[in-house]
Amino acid sequence: MAKQTVTVTLTVNGETHTAEVEPRLLLVHFLREHLNLTGTHIGCDTTHCGACTVLMNGRAVKSCTVLTVQADGATIKTIEGMAENGKMHPLQEGFHVEHGLQCGYCTPGMIMRAAELLAKNPDPTEDEIRWGISGNLCRCTGYVNIVKAIQYAARKLREQAAAGS
Amino acid sequence: MIPPPFTYAAPTSLEEALALLQQHGPMAKILAGGHSLLPMMKLRLLEPEVLIDLRRVPGLADIREENGYLHLGAMVREVELEEHPLIRAKYPLLYETTRWIADPQVRNMGTVGGNLAHGDPGNDHPATMMAYDAQLVVVGPRGERVIPAREFFLDFYTTALEPDEILTAIRIPTPPPRSGGAYEKLERKVGDYATAAVAVQLSLAEDGTLSYVGIGLTNVAHVPLFAARSCAHLQGQRPTPERIDEAAQMASEDCNPRSDLRGSAEYKRAMVRELTRRAFRRALERAQGGQ
Repeated sequence: MAKQTVTVTLTVNGETHTAEVEPRLLLVHFLREHLNLTGTHIGCDTTHCGACTVLMNGRAVKSCTVLTVQADGATIKTIEGMAENGKMHPLQEGFHVEHGLQCGYCTPGMIMRAAELLAKNPDPTEDEIRWGISGNLCRCTGYVNIVKAIQYAARKLREQAAAGS
Repeated sequence: MIPPPFTYAAPTSLEEALALLQQHGPMAKILAGGHSLLPMMKLRLLEPEVLIDLRRVPGLADIREENGYLHLGAMVREVELEEHPLIRAKYPLLYETTRWIADPQVRNMGTVGGNLAHGDPGNDHPATMMAYDAQLVVVGPRGERVIPAREFFLDFYTTALEPDEILTAIRIPTPPPRSGGAYEKLERKVGDYATAAVAVQLSLAEDGTLSYVGIGLTNVAHVPLFAARSCAHLQGQRPTPERIDEAAQMASEDCNPRSDLRGSAEYKRAMVRELTRRAFRRALERAQGGQ
């Protein structure tokens, strides 16, 4: 049987890419190896750790468990798409200021999941943040500063929204 | 890990999906959210030759009440159940069950139909659909048929779905006034499969007796279980603490858990007893509170 390829078109961080891919190509491999967007990390590779989390049509997904063909037509956002005009996103700033990381391996996934959480719930309680990042594992920090980093970003995003309205 | 090679199809109608399924037979698998299927393929536990993705098939993602039922399209994502105001207000058992499934990212992709059709006794929706006495709508080359959830789970990863059929919808009877439900799940860590879990749905008659009781058990046998003896013991009776305890004891006797990393069989039976009590009490409070 000849190897099937499928033409897919994805918009990643605002840029549209069309590619011929094998159906079994995972989204995380497409991002890292075809587009050289290596900010999205592969952690457990078994849908547990959340390191590979990206936004697909605004929803956080574990890109090690999504086929590229399932993302055909979708809009994808990765950690590389968070900063704007050379300025860190409030979540990136929050992880920096509050020291929300040690080794940093889980951080891109944490930030992408937190971005979805804050888009849906701009003023989450600590419980809501902890429940919200329950699909992202960090083995260094004990999560305390990660929660603070997300709270920092939530505050800043609310201030920005208030100033802009 | 990379899944083994397969051919991919994304049909745009149910007829086309059924034709593909007939053409490829048991070597084809339906792809819904893929959050059980893809991990199994990566581990080479499954090597389907063809994946038929339902994401472009219209009409499979509706949530609506009609003719005394809550109709859920099989492709409704877990997150949509979690965020739907109607489900939160009127179907607390379904809402709670959904919240306990895996984690937010998985719920963004995973579907209610996939959770059922996969036939994994560790999945959470089967027990809840049994407690509700839900119906599963299945379409195949011989037309449509409706299978009660209580008759759908035949064996380990084996359901009443024929290889050429597709699960298209789930129908949950809309609970009458004075109804309540609750899901109690014990897990080692957030997102884990249940060590044991119990779904309870009940309704009270005007005189305070139980006019309906449904109890489903998760991950305490090779299939999800309907606790028939416990339900019969409560049906038409007053929900006294003694009777609840007796029904909970029956559930712990009628399940058939295996000792594994999540605990011994004896421990799981004890947990079924306690979780049945807790779920029943919370369901009763909701029914008495007018929900």
